[in-house]
Amino acid sequence: MTVTAAPTGVRAVDRPAPPGALRIGLARIGLELRLYLRDPGQVVFSFAYPVIMLLIFGSVFGGETTGPDVRFEDYFLAGIAATGIMLTSFQAVGIAIAEERERGDLGRLQLLGTPPAAYVIGKAGQVVVTTAAQLALLLTVASLAYDVPMPSDVGRWLTFGWVALLGILAGTVLGIAVSPFVGSARAASAGITGFSVVLQFFSGVFFVFAELPTWMQQVAAVFPLKWLTQGMRSVFLPDRAAAGEVAGSWEHGTTALVLGAWVIIGVVVCVRTFRWRRGEG
Amino acid sequence: MTTTQIQPAVRVRGLVKRYGGRAVVDGLDLDVHVGEVFALLGPNGAGKTTTVEILEGLRRRDGGEVRVLGADPATGDRAWRARIGVVAQTTGDGNALTVRETLDHFAAYHSRSEETDELIAAVGLTESAGTRAARLSGGQRRRLEVALSMQGRPELLFLDEPTTGLDPVARRQFWSVLQRLRSGGTTILLTTHYLDEAAHLADQVGVIDAGRLADVAPPDEMGGDLRLRSTVRWREDGGFRTVVTTEPAVVLRDLLNTGPRADLPDLTVTRPSLEEVYLQLVGAAPVAETGTVPSSTDVQGALR
Ligand SMILES: Nc1ncnc2c1ncn2[C@@H]1O[C@H](COP(=O)(O)OP(=O)(O)OP(=O)(O)O)[C@@H](O)[C@H]1O
Ligand SMILES: [Mg+2]
Repeated sequence: MTVTAAPTGVRAVDRPAPPGALRIGLARIGLELRLYLRDPGQVVFSFAYPVIMLLIFGSVFGGETTGPDVRFEDYFLAGIAATGIMLTSFQAVGIAIAEERERGDLGRLQLLGTPPAAYVIGKAGQVVVTTAAQLALLLTVASLAYDVPMPSDVGRWLTFGWVALLGILAGTVLGIAVSPFVGSARAASAGITGFSVVLQFFSGVFFVFAELPTWMQQVAAVFPLKWLTQGMRSVFLPDRAAAGEVAGSWEHGTTALVLGAWVIIGVVVCVRTFRWRRGEG
Repeated sequence: MTTTQIQPAVRVRGLVKRYGGRAVVDGLDLDVHVGEVFALLGPNGAGKTTTVEILEGLRRRDGGEVRVLGADPATGDRAWRARIGVVAQTTGDGNALTVRETLDHFAAYHSRSEETDELIAAVGLTESAGTRAARLSGGQRRRLEVALSMQGRPELLFLDEPTTGLDPVARRQFWSVLQRLRSGGTTILLTTHYLDEAAHLADQVGVIDAGRLADVAPPDEMGGDLRLRSTVRWREDGGFRTVVTTEPAVVLRDLLNTGPRADLPDLTVTRPSLEEVYLQLVGAAPVAETGTVPSSTDVQGALR
C-alpha cells in the first residue's frame, strides 16, 4: 500500500528547491565583472572616454567662465560625470545584452530557468562597481590636473550619492528595457551610441544648458541625462551658480522625481517585454 | 491503490506547430518512457528541432497535448526546468570565460550539481579547461554544452544533434557518457543524423518525416518486414549474383548442395542496415522486391 512514486509516476527524486534569485544574482555580479574586465573595448571606452573628454574641455575652455563666474572646467566636469554614468549603465548594458543574446548566453539562462531578477541583480551590481571605479578615476584626474574643487561637506556628497544611484538604476533598467528593440549586437552598438551622443548635446554636456535653444531644453527635460547633469552641477558648482540654471535653482525635487519615474518606467517595460531569446513564434 | 501507474517521461499526442500557415509538425505522437534512450531521426526540416524545442518549453505549440515529466512545458516552472537538461542544435560563439570558470559559475544555478572536474573529464576537456569558451574549437564548445546540460543531474536530457561536429573519438567518448547516464536512470531524447549512433545508443528509434512520426521501433526491429529480407550475394563469372530472401539458410543450403563447386567466392549474407531501412522509410530509396525464395533449379541455373 505504500505508493512512493510522485503523482505523475515519474521517478521521484528528492531534489531540493533550486537556489534563489539573490544567490544566483550575487554569483552573476562576479561573472559580469569578469566578462567586463575581459572586454578591452568596454574597459577602454568607459574609463578613458570621460577622462579624454575632460582633457579636451580643459584645453579648449581652460580659464574661461560662464554665468555667475563659474569656471568651464567645473561646469563641464558635472556633465562628464553624468555622461560617464550613462555610459557604464545604459550604453554598456544595452550593448552587452544584444551581444549576450547573440553569443547564446541568454538562451542558456533561459534553459536553466534563471529568475530574471537574478540577471538584473548581476547587471546592476556590475554597473555599480564599474561606475564607482570610473567616477573615482574621473574625479581624481579633475582635482589633480584641473584643480576642480571637490565638495567638502557631507550634504553635497549625499546629493552626489543619490543622484548617481538613481542615474545608475535608471540607466541599467533602461538599458535592459531597450534591448528587445535594438536588434543585432552591431545595430545595438550603433543605435545606442548614436542616441547617447545626441542626448549629450541636448542635455548640456557639451554646451552650457541655459544657453541652448528652448526647444532643445524642453526635449532634454524629458530624458534622465539632463537631470543627472544638473544634479551633478549642484554637487560640483558653488551655490551661487544655481542662479545660472534655467529655473534659477537646482530643482532637486524634480530631479529625484524624473529619475525615479524613469526607473519605474524602465522596470515596467522590462517586465512586459524582456525576452531571453528573440522572435519566438 | 496497490499499483502506481508509471507514465512516460514524455507523452505527446497530436502535436501541431505551424509557421505561416504551414504545419511543420503535423499531428505527431510520441512516447518516451522513463529510463530509455529515444533517438529521433529524420531528414533536414522534418520538424525534429521544432518538436524538441516545444518539449523544452522554448516554443509554443498550435495544437495537441504535451506532457514532459508530468507537466505542460508551456507552463513549466523552475522546479520543472531543474529536472531537464538541454543541448541545443546550435552552439553560441562562447564568451570570455574559461571552461572551468563557466562550469564553476553555473554550478550556482543548481541545488545539486556534478563536480566540475568530473564533468570536464567526462567530456574530454581536461586539456582545455583553462581555455576561454570563445577560443575553443567548434567540437570543444559542443562538449562544453554537453557538460553544462548534465551539470544539474537532470532526470531527462534533450540532446539535439549532440555529436554533430565531433570527431570519431569524441563521438565514442560521448556515447559512453550517455551510456553511463542511462545506467544511472537518466531518460534521454536525442536527435541525430548518424544511423550508427541511433543503432548503438537507442532503446527506441523514431523516424519523423514531414512533421509526423513515420515509424517507432527498437533499432534492430525498425522497418518490420523490410528488416526480414536478407541479401545473399556471391561472385560468379566476373560479376555478382544476388538473391533477396526471407530465408537465407534455405538459399545457402541449396547453393552449397547443388553447386558444381564447393567454393563460393566473396559470399555474403546481409540484412538491411538501419540506414537502408531509414532511407526506404523516408522515401529516398526504392523498396526491394518482395523476396521470393529461389528454387533449387534457379540456384543451379544461377551457378551454371
Ligand atoms: N522560426 C521559424 N520560422 C519559420 N519556419 C520555421 C521556423 N523554425 C523552423 N521552421 C521550419 O520548420 C521546419 C522544420 O524545422 P526543424 O528545425 O524542426 O527541422 P529539423 O528536423 O530539426 O531539421 P535539421 O535536421 O536540419 O535540424 C523547416 O521547414 C523550417 O524551415
Ligand atoms: Mg534540427
